[in-house]
Amino acid sequence: MEVTTAPAKPQFSAAAQAEIQRIIKRYPEDRKKSALLPLLHIAQAEFGGWVSPEVQDLVAETLGLKPIEVYEVSSFYTMFNLKPVGKHVLEICRTGPCMLRGSDELTENLERITGAKVGETSPDGMFTIKMVECLAACGFAPVVQVREKYYESLETPEAVDAMLTEL
Amino acid sequence: MGRKLLTEHINVEGIDTFEVYRKHGGYRSVEKALKTMTPDEVVEEVKKSGLRGRGGAGFPTGMKWSFLAKPEGVPRYLVCNADESEPGTFKDRQLMSKLPHLLIEGMITGSYALGARTSYIYIRGELLYVLRILEKAIAEAYAAGFLGENILGSGYSLDLHVHPGGGAYICGEETALLESLEGKRGNPRNKPPFPAVQGLYARPTVVNNVESIAAVPVIVNEGGDEYAKIGIGKSTGTKLISACGHLNKPGIYEIELGVPVEEFIYSDEYCGGIWKGRELKAVVAGGSSVPILPNELILKTAAGEPRLMTYESLSDGGFVTGTMLGSGGFIAMDETTCIVRNTWNFSRFYHHESCGQCSPCREGTGWLEKVLHRLEHGHGSLHDIDLLVSVAKQIEGNTICPLGEAAAWPVAAAVRHFRDEFEWHVKHPQEATRPGAVYPGKAVLA
Ligand SMILES: NC(=O)C1=CN([C@@H]2O[C@H](COP(=O)(O)OP(=O)(O)OC[C@H]3O[C@@H](n4cnc5c(N)ncnc54)[C@H](O)[C@@H]3O)[C@@H](O)[C@H]2O)C=CC1
Ligand SMILES: Cc1cc2nc3c(=O)[nH]c(=O)nc-3n(C[C@H](O)[C@H](O)[C@H](O)COP(=O)(O)O)c2cc1C
Ligand code: SF4
Ligand code: FES
Repeated sequence: MEVTTAPAKPQFSAAAQAEIQRIIKRYPEDRKKSALLPLLHIAQAEFGGWVSPEVQDLVAETLGLKPIEVYEVSSFYTMFNLKPVGKHVLEICRTGPCMLRGSDELTENLERITGAKVGETSPDGMFTIKMVECLAACGFAPVVQVREKYYESLETPEAVDAMLTEL
Repeated sequence: MGRKLLTEHINVEGIDTFEVYRKHGGYRSVEKALKTMTPDEVVEEVKKSGLRGRGGAGFPTGMKWSFLAKPEGVPRYLVCNADESEPGTFKDRQLMSKLPHLLIEGMITGSYALGARTSYIYIRGELLYVLRILEKAIAEAYAAGFLGENILGSGYSLDLHVHPGGGAYICGEETALLESLEGKRGNPRNKPPFPAVQGLYARPTVVNNVESIAAVPVIVNEGGDEYAKIGIGKSTGTKLISACGHLNKPGIYEIELGVPVEEFIYSDEYCGGIWKGRELKAVVAGGSSVPILPNELILKTAAGEPRLMTYESLSDGGFVTGTMLGSGGFIAMDETTCIVRNTWNFSRFYHHESCGQCSPCREGTGWLEKVLHRLEHGHGSLHDIDLLVSVAKQIEGNTICPLGEAAAWPVAAAVRHFRDEFEWHVKHPQEATRPGAVYPGKAVLA
């Protein structure tokens, strides 16, 4: 018989905890909730690129909030991944100006090269493709964001190759 | 060559560091304001400058500052709107990443004018790398005594923080931004009360766009009257235009307000014409929220006057034959562009970004997307074209914030100016939906 144990409760690293304390001090003492979005970003970076319910509970506990106050926020904003993602998340801009400069073709190419479909993760777990809206880089279209980095003017196969090699 | 008030030093090596920025005259406005001017005198200069909000609405900045409520003993805030998410707009990202100290300088001088002791820069979450650039620059400003306690021995103290969003276009709307800064979903609030009366934590708050705040140092240094000499009429100063789409030289241009649109598109000083030697078909001049205009109407007004890059000239003719300067997101489309597809793309964007609080916006943007999707994919009827106009009308004026209108107006404008192309999609679905299909006709001039 398989024995299932409850997953260990996630904990922030010491570095993250120090960062969190620094951030909380930016807001009035009775307005700690303001630190919620910055903390969700830290949590997502700490725990594998997504925020599981357990991780969200940890964020709630850290800020003295009810878990629901975190869930309703994490689900409103598109940057927080609520399910596991691949090693590299390719966020392709699909909005008008990028479409004018070839984001549809770029998306098809990236699907073919990575084996991941839009909104899904490739079978080898390496890539997730996520379509996003205007990234404020429209003059350098088409644009893909991977973690904190912008890859711009991906108009040629060479530019796409260069991006994938760098990952 | 026009004067560059904000971006003169943008390409100087190391200008993102305190030392180099300072060497090029940086932080002079903080010294001048804190040592020789009262807060009200700073507000007065901004009023004289005629500066209008660069976030898109064009509301006079000095007037907004003078509306700030000042109840005794209640903290007030200056919040910088660095959410920049309007499709076609990408100037603030560039300004912040290359000239972080310019924004910080503007925040200090502006906060002094408003009597704020803590100020925030709310930056869209996708720009975490820019947030790090700003935080490094802020640390340098603290170390140099331009932030923190008793700045330059003036007795004035200020803390400045950067706050990331989480990915939501609506958080650029100032009241949604404030909700988000309070750690909530980005649901816009009813206005009034305006943030100037009840903003962050229900306290008096001024929200200003990055570019508006970045214009404050030059206004304080040179004086509001000098600033107002640039431009035409009520469009004073310089404006950053984000130029994108089918241009030879897309990018960010600081222009003196008043440059003719034709010169902006075709001269080598600016966009260098349309790519691939093609013809211009249409332009969305002020970010995706403003009405699209066909090439004849963007280059000249209905009365045949050359159209200028000013608030007034671009809106000449109202929504029948004009548009808006908005946030300066200038999207050019060449002759091969499918207007139906483009309109559908934007309507999908607005439906996706509606916060869902008001039913006319939540349902209406859904309808617009759905109907445009079927027109674009060859399943539409002629009745659908009128349905678009009627749905757009029902959204207008019936929502908490202007996102609903931002979704509706561009659709109404596309139908107004390009009805024939919509009809072609209905009457010749096979031809119109063929990959690479190009509508053979011309725009309808209203
Ligand atoms: N930059 C971007 O990414 C985007 C910009 N926009 C632009 O936003 C514009 C709409 O913005 P809104 O803030 O809804 O416009 P608005 O006209 O309601 O307000 C403009 C500014 O003036 C202030 N204001 C107006 N009347 C006031 C009064 N009586 N007392 C005190 N303050 C007052 C408001 O608080 C606000 O800061 C659109 O025109 C569009 O161009 C829209 C989407 C994205
Ligand atoms: C849906 C929506 C999105 C907006 N997004 C932005 C934005 O990203 N940046 C911005 O500065 N203003 C944005 N605005 C306008 C703000 O509400 C507000 O007018 C502006 O920040 C005021 O600053 P300004 O007077 O300096 O322009 C948006 C408005 C709406 C309705
Ligand atoms: S108009 Fe749309 S985005 Fe604005 S508050 Fe209403 S539902 Fe939300
Ligand atoms: S449309 Fe893709 S970055 Fe703006």
